[in-house]
Amino acid sequence: MNKVRNNKAWWLVLPVFTLVAFSAVVPMMTVVNYSVQDIFDQSNRYFVGADWYRQVLRDPALHDALLRQFIYSGCVLLIEIPLGIAIALTMPTKGRMASICLIVMAIPLLIPWNVVGTIWQIFGRADIGLMGAALAKLGVNYNYASDPFDAWLTVLVMDVWHWTSLVALLCYSGLRAIPDVYYQAARIDRASAWAVFRHIQLPKLKNVLLIAVMLRFMDSFMIYTEPFVLTGGGPGNATTFLSQTLTRMAVGQFDLGPAAAFSLVYFLIILLVSWLFYTAMTHADKD
Amino acid sequence: MEWMAWTLPTALFFAAVGVLLVCMTLLELRHPCVERRGFLPIVTSRGDRLFVGLLVSAYLHLLVVGVSDWPLWVASLMSLGWLVVVLRWG
Repeated sequence: MNKVRNNKAWWLVLPVFTLVAFSAVVPMMTVVNYSVQDIFDQSNRYFVGADWYRQVLRDPALHDALLRQFIYSGCVLLIEIPLGIAIALTMPTKGRMASICLIVMAIPLLIPWNVVGTIWQIFGRADIGLMGAALAKLGVNYNYASDPFDAWLTVLVMDVWHWTSLVALLCYSGLRAIPDVYYQAARIDRASAWAVFRHIQLPKLKNVLLIAVMLRFMDSFMIYTEPFVLTGGGPGNATTFLSQTLTRMAVGQFDLGPAAAFSLVYFLIILLVSWLFYTAMTHADKD
Repeated sequence: MEWMAWTLPTALFFAAVGVLLVCMTLLELRHPCVERRGFLPIVTSRGDRLFVGLLVSAYLHLLVVGVSDWPLWVASLMSLGWLVVVLRWG
């Protein structure tokens, strides 16, 4: 049978195309233009070629921020993904408790980033914060404002608190989508709980987990508001991640050229990682 | 357009990207591509290979600028070679 090809539907893409052109492509082109010039004002700008890229790529402060960012995103994934799976596995599947659990899990997701930062800023204070005061009473020397390790740990725990439920909810939906016949077959074979997890649940969760990993990587890789509110990037530079370095450069110091070059490098990193995840997701079933 | 701070090299770059996209579209209309597997570890279409080619080229440029003192055209030349290889055998 001959398929009728109707390409009129392409016109329906036009609004999105226009929107993306103005919200992404035009600003992106502008950033590229900025990145090859030294701009003093509207009429005083000079072409400098790849100089800003050279400066940015050889800047030790940026290397440190990048390393910090990768370690941070790695830690976030290493904690949130297994924890999310574990929570999803223990959540009730039927009855009123299931609904209550789902609602409780969804609450942290509804809280805006800056509020999360403020909550933890107060929560961790030794004088008025519940956690800070409790730790002080227990004799633990905890101070996120002066100790780099404590600051780092607080930002990490804050992210885990905020976003693990996203992973858990995604996994929960993935688990609910597994047909019961698999479990029946496993029971007939007298499979252990671990075998069921390893050979039924985990493989079936693969696609959901890829989405969860991608979302959490993207989000943690561009984290800005929470550390900005909690520590302002300090103590020293302990919690200064890439986006904050970029903002300082572009808005704080108004170094448009280097900031533009840096944001393009940042963009390329994200583009590569997104493409890898996308390819893994779409080709997982093909090969 | 003044606020976009255009320069000749960036204008040429984006014009080239535009021409490339138009060419790929026309090519696809004339000769619809068949997905295949080359030396890249995944099944790719023509557009996929172009994307991989351009992405690696961008990183090649960053590598040359960031690590070596070679002029930029060396990176461009290497990228051109890589693009030919990946589009033909990728």
